[in-house]
Amino acid sequence: MRLIWCGLLTLCVWLNTAVAQNAPLRIKITQGVIEPLKFAVPAFEAENLGAKKIAAEISRVVAADLTSSGLFREIPSSRFIAQRKTFEEPVRFPDWRAVNAQALVTAAVTTNGSGKLTVKFRIFDIFSGVQLGQGMQLSGSTQAVRRMAHKVSDQVYERIIGEGPYFDSRIVFVSESGPKDKRLKRLAIMDFDGENMQFLTGNDNIVLAPRISSDGKKVLYTSWETGFPQIYLLDVETGRRKRVNTPGDGVAFSPRFAPDNKRIVFSYERRGNIDIYLMELSSLRSARLTSSPFIDTAPSFSPDGRQIVFESDRSGNQQLYILPVTGGTPKRISFGKGRYGTPVWSPRGDLIAFTKQSNGRFGIGVMRIDGTKERLLSASFLDEGPTWSPNGRVIMFSRQTRGPSGAPSIYSVDITGRNLRPLSLRAPASDPSWGPVLP
Amino acid sequence: MRSIYLHVAILFILVACSDSEGGFGSGSLGTDGYQGRGFGQNDITSSTFFKENVGDHVLFKVDEYTLNEVAKTALDIQANWLIENPGFVIIVEGHADERGTREYNLALGFRRAQSVQEYLVARGVSGLRLKTRSYGKERPVEICSVERCYSKNRRAVTILASGSS
Repeated sequence: MRLIWCGLLTLCVWLNTAVAQNAPLRIKITQGVIEPLKFAVPAFEAENLGAKKIAAEISRVVAADLTSSGLFREIPSSRFIAQRKTFEEPVRFPDWRAVNAQALVTAAVTTNGSGKLTVKFRIFDIFSGVQLGQGMQLSGSTQAVRRMAHKVSDQVYERIIGEGPYFDSRIVFVSESGPKDKRLKRLAIMDFDGENMQFLTGNDNIVLAPRISSDGKKVLYTSWETGFPQIYLLDVETGRRKRVNTPGDGVAFSPRFAPDNKRIVFSYERRGNIDIYLMELSSLRSARLTSSPFIDTAPSFSPDGRQIVFESDRSGNQQLYILPVTGGTPKRISFGKGRYGTPVWSPRGDLIAFTKQSNGRFGIGVMRIDGTKERLLSASFLDEGPTWSPNGRVIMFSRQTRGPSGAPSIYSVDITGRNLRPLSLRAPASDPSWGPVLP
Repeated sequence: MRSIYLHVAILFILVACSDSEGGFGSGSLGTDGYQGRGFGQNDITSSTFFKENVGDHVLFKVDEYTLNEVAKTALDIQANWLIENPGFVIIVEGHADERGTREYNLALGFRRAQSVQEYLVARGVSGLRLKTRSYGKERPVEICSVERCYSKNRRAVTILASGSS
């Protein structure tokens, strides 16, 4: 069950050549992206024979990463005019302009006998004819080629888009198998693009709604391991798990970490009433945050840790409420037609993502924290359970198809509502929880 | 209420006697529900009998957890049998159909289970024997995505958790 991370990637700025200071290539994203930025990634140069395969793989992964964001469009190599031989040779800007490339990524890959992998890369703004930022060098292990590629993609994304990256991140989710009435569910973790999947638990119990900590090291989830739902805390690296002792004789479920990862919030059922509690993991000291005779569930922290957003049916059906963790009266923020559930606060702090039910359909939407500017990003037979990318730019969620063979899969969508796409996974999957960009 | 239960039992015996395949296998008379297997259903104190003849579940309307008259009648019969057979520990399991979010449906399942538990206690079943749990929408009995199936999945099931105590 042990997950292996072969050495941390090291990143350093490299080459002090003349660079554009105010990156003119940056595209500003407001409501809906205009046209994806066209980029070219010629096959990365292998500086030694052993690096050839790896260089080719890294360049393909970088191109796929950027394309998957919906903000970039790759120019196929068949259209290239310039044939690059070495990393150091100057860029022939007119050749790239002729194929309408706006950005060019060049790189050189080196491996050595002890399994060290080094990638040097540069980003060019073709129209301005300048290098964008400084050249970079990344070092890591030949066992972590895809991670290396995601790190390169992150740098390219960050420099061009001007927002935090998300490619070198992982997602905890529930991998499902078996028929609908006897479904087996196991926790699993994968890279943001669905690759490198590993199971975190066996498949002898139902497990639900894993939530990864902000450092990516721990996972909270609900399991029926004892026959009754209970909260568990799992260490991602060792695979060890332990039950979280919650207060009294009630049943706790729907847990989520505070941004400090020291406290958790969860729903707590006692005699059919469901309220929200806050608990410190080290001392197990808990505080009741809501006390209504209604269903209060699915709590999620604000990024500053001061407030929670949750759903409650106190108004007659599911709606969203915000409450300071110091207590008080919850403030309702959702007022549109339909029901609102599973709210999740954006890492930027400005938006709440949620599941909306209306007219017999389920969709993922976002609204500002004051409830204004509601927008629906998806709708289907059953979409639910949003999770935010580390940069607050992309949302993943589960989509279940209807009927006896209905099964869930994981989709992602840009917060503009564009670029809705399924992750390509080998088995049904649900309940994604997106972890941080890895160090 | 006892008469209702006896009525059910008698009905069953009549059905069993008319069973052309016999159905009376060999086996000793077990008082334990699980040992009664094979010789089966005519042990009126078995959990199998409870499940198949007394009835182990009640159904709910969309997004509701209150008991309707049909459910109450069914629970009256359940309660009488459970009082007659005090050896069983009881888990009331609440379920929801797939038309809801995961957490909410889990909560709804708890409420349905709680409604049944409270009713059974009010009918004289000892609260000490009863526990509730919810599976939310995770364990449907019917797998189609239309109301015909949903209506059967919105349920609370009375599970006889362990054999005779």
